Amino acid sequence: MNIHEYQGKQVLKQYGVAVPEGHVAFSPEEAVKAAKELGSDVVVVKAQIHAGGRGKAGGVKLAKNLDEVREYAKELLGKVLVTHQTGPEGKEVKRLYIEAGSNIEKEYYLGLVLDRETSRVTLMGSEEGGMDIEEVAANTPDRIFYEEIDPVVGLTGFQARRMAFNMNIPAKLVNKAAKLMLGLYQAYLEKDAAIVEINPLVVTGDGQVVALDAKFNFDANALYRHQDIMEMRDYDEEDAKEIEASKYDLSYISLDGNIGCMVNGAGLAMATMDTINYYGGSPANFLDVGGGATAEKVTEAFKIILSDKNVKGIFVNIFGGIMKCDIIAEGVIQAAKEVSLEVPLVVRLEGTNVEIGKKLLNESGLNIVAAGTMADGAKKIVELVG
Amino acid sequence: MSVYINKDTKVLVQGITGSTALFHTKQMLEYGTKIVAGVTPGKGGTEVEGVPVFNTVQDAVEATGANVSVIYVPAPFAADAILEATEAELDMAICITEHIPVLDMVKVKRYMEGKKTRLVGPNCPGVITPDECKIGIMPGYIHKKGHVGVVSRSGTLTYEATHQLSEEGIGQSTAVGIGGDPVNGTNFIDVLKAFNEDEDTYAVVMIGEIGGTAEEEAAQWVKENMTKPVVGFIGGQTAPEGKRMGHAGAIISGGKGTAADKIKAMNAAGIEVADTPSVIGETLIKVIKEKGLYDACKTH
Repeated sequence: MNIHEYQGKQVLKQYGVAVPEGHVAFSPEEAVKAAKELGSDVVVVKAQIHAGGRGKAGGVKLAKNLDEVREYAKELLGKVLVTHQTGPEGKEVKRLYIEAGSNIEKEYYLGLVLDRETSRVTLMGSEEGGMDIEEVAANTPDRIFYEEIDPVVGLTGFQARRMAFNMNIPAKLVNKAAKLMLGLYQAYLEKDAAIVEINPLVVTGDGQVVALDAKFNFDANALYRHQDIMEMRDYDEEDAKEIEASKYDLSYISLDGNIGCMVNGAGLAMATMDTINYYGGSPANFLDVGGGATAEKVTEAFKIILSDKNVKGIFVNIFGGIMKCDIIAEGVIQAAKEVSLEVPLVVRLEGTNVEIGKKLLNESGLNIVAAGTMADGAKKIVELVG
Repeated sequence: MSVYINKDTKVLVQGITGSTALFHTKQMLEYGTKIVAGVTPGKGGTEVEGVPVFNTVQDAVEATGANVSVIYVPAPFAADAILEATEAELDMAICITEHIPVLDMVKVKRYMEGKKTRLVGPNCPGVITPDECKIGIMPGYIHKKGHVGVVSRSGTLTYEATHQLSEEGIGQSTAVGIGGDPVNGTNFIDVLKAFNEDEDTYAVVMIGEIGGTAEEEAAQWVKENMTKPVVGFIGGQTAPEGKRMGHAGAIISGGKGTAADKIKAMNAAGIEVADTPSVIGETLIKVIKEKGLYDACKTH
């Protein structure tokens, strides 16, 4: 789960990480009020969306007076920002963060992420701040430094100082930077983050080390123990169908194509998408109904697939292990009746109780095309969708 | 022979009184798995499905000699269950539970360094040596005893591949599901090594998916060490970057973990990769025919 920059900064503050003063605003009036309260000469009006690259896309404006604050707020609110992370459809700005301007001397990059190769959390830092760190990694990998963190002792003081020295932070500010890194790690650990990025981290003219941006992503599996983070969830930033699916414990991801897919198991669901593509089709979604699905859950899954107006056909691909084929068949039949199915439906059933499942579908009177294998099913749905 | 588990394996079920665990305990018993004990704190002294229940893993091991545990404990408590199995010095702990917080697993993995217990999973279908021992949630009937080893990050995709092999008369020595999480215990290389050393395994099917670099590392190992033919498949070849495909580990981020990179590394190691999941069986048969192993692998 992602949160907004201003929420990330609230979290950082709790851990003693220095961030500029700021307030969230939902209207130009609130933006002006926030700027007045800050009382600084220059304020920054920042669009709050769950994507990086806002600066380049024109989502960050420097205002020198309250009129400019109002003007920029009007311009940004409701604007659709397209950045390299939003996709071509972009994201509408609904919240702004009004922040006191900082006297930036130099920008750096700092991040914490899980390294899957070592199974350890790793601190990453670079002197190349403000840039896309993936580009830095590709072009000048020697300019990124890493500290692998042993969970027994956590990030240590010497590691944090070594990182600060490697990043060429001025010697007199190294201890401040190290303290910030330790706070950042503590936040990562205690809030079960998956990724934290501070880009840029800045050194200011008055000798402070400040997090000028904050990007947090949290481990969805650990949210149950972080009510405070859960409350920061912004449903406007998420796909409505994905939100609906999550209510029923369905793993659903929207895609661009026109063939709806319903599969059990994440691996098989990905493989089904691949197979549809292989035969020249294009999947509208990834959907894993999971192992313990009930007929009701299958019905809901069907409704979610059909709520996507691009869907011109559906492919159900089930290899029943734990998931019994007759349960799937019941769910499909019930859903088809409830939503008056008008697009072609191809069903491939295999595994536990497959014969009962097939019999149920045959006797349902529904117009269902049966498929023997995954490849057969994919070919058939691609042909039917045309 | 086989790898990791066989007819003599004595299995203990952690969290045995939960509904999922109960269902699968029945299935495993029906398959012929020797389940000697269950553990549910507070239910010690009772019995389910004829299996004695204990309060702690230690008690269960002392009373029954169990050497492998299978964990169905809910996610918030699963990491603790793995630690308990490790402390009791079991040979292996197979964790079926999905949705374990990843930082819990970071700690567990660190704790297990240098310890005796091998962890399989979490978020995996388990391990099966056909006709001898089934530990986990896979449907038993699709597996046939034989000489092809299967190792996979995905549950249902493993069933798909195994089913194809069985339909073609190619039995399996052991099928190991290593799970779809970013931090797991046993990895591809561990299992490939075990299959390489197992005299009853003649060829291996390796099923990976997008995310991480485990397949690339495994391919490098195969290139340098493997004496037996390996065929593969990678799920998620058409998955877009930045979208997590169900498994916590299945995500392409920062251009890393793409299917194309994995397939390239596998091909470079001499691993033939199936174009679609429907032809995993065919691909294996083609390769073992080329190597003159088809007759030896044909079991039924």
